[in-house]
Amino acid sequence: MEKFSFGVDPITSHAWNRDRTQIAISANNSLVDIYQKSEEGWEKTQTLNEHTQRVTSVDWAPESNMIVTCGSDRNAYVWIQNGNDEWKPSLVILRINRAATCVRWSPLENKFAVGSGSRLISICYFDKDHDWWVSKHIKKPIRSTITTVDWHPNNILLACGSTDFKVRVFSAYVKDVEAKPSGNVWGSKLPLGACLMEFGGSGGWVHGVSFDATGNRLAWVSHDSTINMVNASANFAESQTKLKNLPCHSLQWVGPDSIVAGGHDCWLLRFSVDDSNNLTFEGRVGFSRKRTEEKVTAMSMFQSLDKRATVEDDSKKTSIHQNSIVQLLIHTGGREAVTKLSSVGADGLLVVWNQHSLQASIGGSTFDMLAETINQVNIASQE
Amino acid sequence: MSKSTSTTIFRKVNIDEFDENNYQDEVVEADQVAVPAEEEIERLLNSKKNVDALQLLLRNAPITSKNQVDKDKAHQLVIRVLTMFKASEVGDAVNSLDSNSIDILMKYIYREFAAPSEKSASVCLTWHEKVYAVGGVGSIIRVLTDRKGV
Repeated sequence: MEKFSFGVDPITSHAWNRDRTQIAISANNSLVDIYQKSEEGWEKTQTLNEHTQRVTSVDWAPESNMIVTCGSDRNAYVWIQNGNDEWKPSLVILRINRAATCVRWSPLENKFAVGSGSRLISICYFDKDHDWWVSKHIKKPIRSTITTVDWHPNNILLACGSTDFKVRVFSAYVKDVEAKPSGNVWGSKLPLGACLMEFGGSGGWVHGVSFDATGNRLAWVSHDSTINMVNASANFAESQTKLKNLPCHSLQWVGPDSIVAGGHDCWLLRFSVDDSNNLTFEGRVGFSRKRTEEKVTAMSMFQSLDKRATVEDDSKKTSIHQNSIVQLLIHTGGREAVTKLSSVGADGLLVVWNQHSLQASIGGSTFDMLAETINQVNIASQE
Repeated sequence: MSKSTSTTIFRKVNIDEFDENNYQDEVVEADQVAVPAEEEIERLLNSKKNVDALQLLLRNAPITSKNQVDKDKAHQLVIRVLTMFKASEVGDAVNSLDSNSIDILMKYIYREFAAPSEKSASVCLTWHEKVYAVGGVGSIIRVLTDRKGV
């Protein structure tokens, strides 16, 4: 495991470049910082400064090397590097009147989806004739803010979660940029905006959705502390697992039958899926950090009693993240076999989780951390 | 040009009502759940089948019902059953419940916490401790988020 701190501000979103040597991070403000990996840690190379309000989501297209950002200022920008390696923005015509909340490149990187508070999803693509990014809207039957989107591996279907507690699967086929798709298990007719499936409806806001590697199964986490899954190839069998923990915020398939989720619990949680589509909670990922035993002198005890009204300093959590985990991304590998995961949290930490090679054979999802590789680098933000 | 006016009544107009795309809460079909009769519960309690009485009530909780009288009645019955347990029996009773019942029981406990009577408050605290041990903070989160109250 590697742990990096990017200051004290909560991190809203992060995105990796193709070879994982650069990272784009937004620290809960209107800026997006690009960091380059160096021997000492991470070095800030450029700041993307175009949004006028808080940036809500960042995504980096690995092959075409384009960054897309969206924010509360109702705008999205596509950033492309010019000859001098400087990132230049171009505005996307989103046509929305509320904040944009989430953005994701499609797997083929020829379009991206922006969810927003104006109860619609903008599917954006490059219009060669006019030389800018335009969008088409998916409106019906969405009745509330879109909180999260995820693309199906076939580049056509899009899953979204919203604050009306529902998860929907839409067709995001744009005839201007791609060939007519054939049907699959989710549906046969795929015009843009066709709502193929709708799940959920009770519980809480949906915080995260994720397709598995085959695209036949869809999992999501919501604010009623549940994790849910639906299997399209098994007659849309739904399953739900109620957690004992605080709600999860983000999730990722890390193997054919395993999911890792993280959220307000501050831990990464591991789930397995069996043949009859049942989700089972496997446990927390990683070891618990031991509280460092400090010598208790009489003086420090009384100082501590005076300052905090307690003898022991119990303000630190035993988990790696010291605050809610906000976003999980795949660092290395594909959804069928992830070997490294990265997570960012409201504590300003970026954690890269290794797969423990010895335990990899069991379900292929046992992420563990090697204590000796912990490498903490502090980067003073915004000096 | 806007005229200065002393009337503020226009500020109280709920403009969202006139938005046809406005979010509407899903209309949940009320399941026809019959709250177990008081006599039935009484009979179970008299024959010392406290756990059966509790399970029966939690399985048939009128969570989708719109009838407040039904809900109140069910709530009264649940609290009555809870107070019948000895403190030492609470743990075993909680362990015999499935996860749905645990969540519903937590809802009843929190409803009682909202307006506790002198007798029920301490009983509910005992139950809360045991239910929390099984359901964790997750079940409290579900009390807070679920629209289907008891």
